[in-house]
Amino acid sequence: MQTKKIINNGDDAVDEMLDGILLAHRDHLRRGDHKRAIIATNGPRDGKVGLMIGGGSGHEPTFLGFVGKGLADAAAIGNVFASPPPDPALSCAQAINGGAGVLFMYGNYAGDVMNFDMAAEMAAMEDIEVRTVLTTDDIASAPRDEAEKRRGVAGNFFSFKAAGAAADLGMDLDGCERVARHANARTYTMGVALSPCSLPQTRRWNFDIGADEMEIGMGIHGEPGIARGPLGTADEIVDAMMDRILDEMGASAGDRVAVLVNSLGATPLMELYIMNRRVQARLAEAGLETHRTWVGPYCTSLEMAGASVTVHHLDDELTRMLDHPCDCAMFRAG
Amino acid sequence: MDGNGVKSMLLAVADAMDENRDMLCVLDGEIGDADHGIAMSGGFAGVREALDELEGTPTEVLNTAAKAFLNAVGASSGPLYATAFMRAGMAVKGKDKLGPADAAAMVAAMAEGIAHRGKAQQGDKTMLDAWAPAGAAAMEAEGSIAAILTAAAEAAEAGAQATADMEAKLGRAARLGARSLGHKDPGAASAAIMLRAMAAAV
Repeated sequence: MQTKKIINNGDDAVDEMLDGILLAHRDHLRRGDHKRAIIATNGPRDGKVGLMIGGGSGHEPTFLGFVGKGLADAAAIGNVFASPPPDPALSCAQAINGGAGVLFMYGNYAGDVMNFDMAAEMAAMEDIEVRTVLTTDDIASAPRDEAEKRRGVAGNFFSFKAAGAAADLGMDLDGCERVARHANARTYTMGVALSPCSLPQTRRWNFDIGADEMEIGMGIHGEPGIARGPLGTADEIVDAMMDRILDEMGASAGDRVAVLVNSLGATPLMELYIMNRRVQARLAEAGLETHRTWVGPYCTSLEMAGASVTVHHLDDELTRMLDHPCDCAMFRAG
Repeated sequence: MDGNGVKSMLLAVADAMDENRDMLCVLDGEIGDADHGIAMSGGFAGVREALDELEGTPTEVLNTAAKAFLNAVGASSGPLYATAFMRAGMAVKGKDKLGPADAAAMVAAMAEGIAHRGKAQQGDKTMLDAWAPAGAAAMEAEGSIAAILTAAAEAAEAGAQATADMEAKLGRAARLGARSLGHKDPGAASAAIMLRAMAAAV
């Protein structure tokens, strides 16, 4: 049986979504030369490093919701769960190049790396200097000694935010790249999935999971995680996540953090706030001070039920980047 | 085989990807993100559209297919098959008519292109586990173009089957480790489907 969706033709879902977004957010977003290149109306400027983010669709408000002044200057949009080809990324790079170079940031997935690297080579041929920082915040996706193999998930948000602030503050390409890497290295995410999602083009559940089961560490495309078990309580789930996050983070009492409790799509705010209550208790117990908290759908996986917790380990520089104002289509801070 | 022959081969692949779209998505759902069938059928739909009016040499047909496939899908199959088709086009450059040796060179060039772009090793449980043996089999086979492509398809099918016993080392499934055992790699499966359709179209 087909899953229920409010769509027209599944093949048109991404482009029709983009049409709707551009109509709703015309103050913030415009199309570039390529229909899948979405540019900030008030972001790019001469002498500023351009920040391009991007990846597959189906994670809204990631990526294009974070396009706007103080954050990303453009997003390259792919099909559902699929990297965009090089052309939209090249179109973004052309649109946001202010002569100071362009930083590409996206989640660490094989397809994204191939396509964005091709775009970076094409941009280099037009004398646009491109640097790339991959996000790798999903601590469940590879062991600590292979951290460079990890995939990027909801914690992208903090790394993009830091890099966008660095660019807006006028840092050069070296500086923006350094801040982006620094932010990514101090961002830790763990997710849990309760039920699958379905692609608009197949309308079938993309994995099987028992009615009483959860999968810890599942990726934002339904990639299997690290363990499947019986559904726990909110406190048990958060404890399993926070045990690993705190262990990896190795923070000292008195350190400051920022928190993102994120819905994968179907899990409601009620459950996210129940989780946040326990997240904050665990942080307080570890002597950590929460500087800022965001709760809601920030990096989704279509209609998947589940949630992720991200802890961003702040220092003075990252705090300044986080507090720097930004004004995007689907996110505002400061 | 002339440019139109290469074109009908690619159109046959497009039909085969449509027919196998759902099967490939299900296969991908077991160890990945369930979209491989969409990428392959979407990519070849782009190829079908781009080739519609084209009358060209084998190289022109293959280069057009490469660009169309890439821009239709992105994903990981986009750059991999775009590179494969461009390499195949390079392998038969300057020729209007292709013989059995050219067909073998084309398949071998596709395998090399995929290895170069994807940086996988054989045994990593990727489409290269179908393409590498297919390229080798094509170079060893003798006889007509159909015989060469059939040998390549058979090697790809055996290679795809063997991925079920491999642990994924690259791509999305790499995070699964031993949990990827017992599942055939969807990229290797679609490679075998592609070569079988090419062989049947000759």
